[in-house]
Amino acid sequence: MILARVVGTVVATQKDAGLRATTLLVIQPLRADGTPSGKPLVAVDSVGAGTGENVFYVRGREAALPFLPDEVPTDAAIVGIVDHWNA
Amino acid sequence: MILARVVGTVVATRKDERLVGAKLLLVRTIDPYGKDEAGYAVAVDTVDAGPRDRVLVVSGSSARMAAGLKDCPVDAAIVGVVDAVEVKE
Repeated sequence: MILARVVGTVVATQKDAGLRATTLLVIQPLRADGTPSGKPLVAVDSVGAGTGENVFYVRGREAALPFLPDEVPTDAAIVGIVDHWNA
Repeated sequence: MILARVVGTVVATRKDERLVGAKLLLVRTIDPYGKDEAGYAVAVDTVDAGPRDRVLVVSGSSARMAAGLKDCPVDAAIVGVVDAVEVKE
């Protein structure tokens, strides 16, 4: 899992049925010191995160697991909101 | 998932039989502001995207979870047409 900050939202009306009723957020991966690492991406939210919050997200096939038994076609899912971290 | 823009179509007569009937589009990755980035990919369109549309592309094995792609040999699928992206900071 990877630390990231939520930096925005995505609106898409025309989408896969599995993505209906999901929240799509733009997240920026972070280094341990909180600075941006690499390019932003779009993740499905499973924990009610909002813009400006620090989160961690899971990549790959496992990103669909928080939404079972629904089949959500995503390769990135926010699975936790970070209260604080030390590095 | 990454943001991308549809920049073309791909036609292939000879292909894996599980790709018969699939609509293949050429997409270019973009940043949240719509600026072009370096990467290109061939993605299966499952949501009827059109030329120049901004789209959501799911990569890797998750792409097979898109509608109609179960057990298909694909690693990139278009699963949404983007209406708006709002970015703060």
